[in-house]
Amino acid sequence: MVMDYMLSEEEQMIVEIARTIAIEKIKPLRDYYDEKEEFPWDIVKEFAKADLFATYIPEEYGGFGKGVMGLVLVVEELCKVDGAISLSLAATALGAFPILISGSEEQKKKYLPDIASGKKIAAFGLTEAGAGSDATGMTTTAVKDGDYYILNGSKRFITNGGDAETYVIFAKTNHSRGARGISCFILEKGDPGFNFGKKEKKMGIRASSTRELVFNDCKIHKCRLLGREGQGLVIAQTTLDNSRPGVAAQALGIATGALNEAVDYARKRVQFGQPIISFQIIQHMLADMATEIEAARALLYASARMIDSGKVRRTSKESAMTKLFCSEVAMKVTTNAVQIFGGYGYTKEYPVEKMMRDAKITTLYEGTSQIQKNEIALNLIKEYVTKSK
Amino acid sequence: MNVIVCIKQVPSLANVKIDLETGRFKRDGIESVINPFDKYAVEEGVRIREKIGGKVIVITMGPPQAESALRETISRGADEAFLISDKIFGGSDTLATSYTLSSAIKFIGNYDIIICGKQALDGATAQVGPGVAEMLNIPHVAHVKKIEFIDDKLIRVERMMEDGYDLIESSFPVLLTIIEGINSPRIPSLRGKMFSKKAIIKTLDAETIGVDAKKTGLNGSPTQVMKVFVTQQQRNYGKKFSGDVKEIAVALVKRLSKLGIV
Ligand SMILES: Cc1cc2nc3c(=O)[nH]c(=O)nc-3n(C[C@H](O)[C@H](O)[C@H](O)COP(=O)(O)OP(=O)(O)OC[C@H]3O[C@@H](n4cnc5c(N)ncnc54)[C@H](O)[C@@H]3O)c2cc1C
Repeated sequence: MVMDYMLSEEEQMIVEIARTIAIEKIKPLRDYYDEKEEFPWDIVKEFAKADLFATYIPEEYGGFGKGVMGLVLVVEELCKVDGAISLSLAATALGAFPILISGSEEQKKKYLPDIASGKKIAAFGLTEAGAGSDATGMTTTAVKDGDYYILNGSKRFITNGGDAETYVIFAKTNHSRGARGISCFILEKGDPGFNFGKKEKKMGIRASSTRELVFNDCKIHKCRLLGREGQGLVIAQTTLDNSRPGVAAQALGIATGALNEAVDYARKRVQFGQPIISFQIIQHMLADMATEIEAARALLYASARMIDSGKVRRTSKESAMTKLFCSEVAMKVTTNAVQIFGGYGYTKEYPVEKMMRDAKITTLYEGTSQIQKNEIALNLIKEYVTKSK
Repeated sequence: MNVIVCIKQVPSLANVKIDLETGRFKRDGIESVINPFDKYAVEEGVRIREKIGGKVIVITMGPPQAESALRETISRGADEAFLISDKIFGGSDTLATSYTLSSAIKFIGNYDIIICGKQALDGATAQVGPGVAEMLNIPHVAHVKKIEFIDDKLIRVERMMEDGYDLIESSFPVLLTIIEGINSPRIPSLRGKMFSKKAIIKTLDAETIGVDAKKTGLNGSPTQVMKVFVTQQQRNYGKKFSGDVKEIAVALVKRLSKLGIV
């Protein structure tokens, strides 16, 4: 038996489709893409044909309106087989959320249907060389010039960079206002003065492209401004509230995949005349892995449902807890999976080697684990202060 | 261009067991799936529609449970589906099945192409497709491996043969039975799956399609299964020669000449 999370019939369909694609389309190619570090366009096309890009997008923009839950179910299922290829989809969601959250009707109509259909993938550009955990340290500027903005600067580590068509970019419109001087823009590939820098070579998620974006007097019309001037940081934070469960789902999927591999291997591998799964210490390792994964899943689904209910304005604490817990569980589970495989786990002959490399990123991007803890603590303090008033 | 695809629901062979006493499949608790060859048939039908328009109608003769197989074909792109179901169809052999299916096809009418899988996974006779064509008095091409050309007047297909393939041209209507590998069946999309849940699947019974009760079901089946048995596999292990190349060659030639082969 598996834990029953009362998924709706349509949610179960989403899972089934994602599973079929993961097994039939991704599994045969995962080692290829990991080794070649190519962008997995042929699989992106499969996602598009199966409507997987559309689950979380509202129906009026060509989606299915299945919310953050719809997104995490897809990402989790795909990542059970491969933690990198699904990032084309998950990072597209990261680029779509700011438009969903603060786009005008016109902007939503212009950009979201192509994202839902998978015709265009998206990206989210917040990080810079000198501004990682502290986004307010960014130096990219957007200067107003009549009906236009002129952007200068660069963004580092942008997932889907170069491969995406639609970019949500954060830049300073008013230096003197600090955190309130950041604004958010939609850029399109091909905008004048918008170029791509180097592509990172990485430890894991190698099928995902991570590039530098460079703006050299990049001139865009003011209709590309998302929300109002100065709202950028709030848009970024609200986006992360919605998207961090996606990273958690990636982590959870990878962890689940690793557990399955570990159980399978432990039953087959014989040492001292018996399958290693008969050793109680191995059984206990597997038991801990399974329990932590289930706890992570319960937290993830609960947060996703809470976000989708729309009952609260912000879910920063819950999203941070979810991402923190799921990503740390993924790191622990994949490390132990390699341990159970022994020396074989350290080789590319078995998938757990890659799973451990892929898992690591989930404790880093969209805020490191330390930053999640800061966020959780900050909210605890706020809640305490409100209560004691 | 209207395409009718005939499918069958069969027990999933993944973990099917055979009752050694009766020689029949133990069907209890075994999942039913679309006959694998028929998935290619549905996909090919949908591709024809995507290319030249029209409609893809899927039919199956079977018990009420077979409706789930029809729904799946809708999630894979079919437009409509009919379940041909009646108690009197039970026990049909390939002749009675061909008769009943052809009656249903006549009732539905207005078809240009009928596509069947090359055979069913369980019976594996490959007779029903050609049988339907005969009863409808239309041409058929069996074992099609590729549709080489198609427009609204003409179709040219490659028929798989033991020593290559034949290129065959036909006007419409025509019936094709197709082999696996002719395409790679699409994975149902979310939209397709959701749509298939809501699709209305009509049941056509004996009276509706106007079959002659004497020609369908057990009554219409001249062939009856007398006995089914499981063959014992004879294991004739090969012989392995070892040594250096010369020794192996000598031993092999000796053995072959002893067998009268050289
Ligand atoms: C593969 C990959 C893909 C990425 N994709 C994107 C993307 O699509 N879009 C995007 O905008 N960014 C992206 N990033 C950037 C990512 O979000 C940042 O790397 C991350 O936020 C950390 O920033 P940093 O690397 O500058 O680390 P730093 O901020 O320099 O942190 C270094 C260390 O200091 C710790 N630290 C920092 N501040 C504190 C503090 N206040 N308290 C305690 N500890 C602290 C951190 O936890 C960390 O351990 C990506 C990064 C990678 C590697």
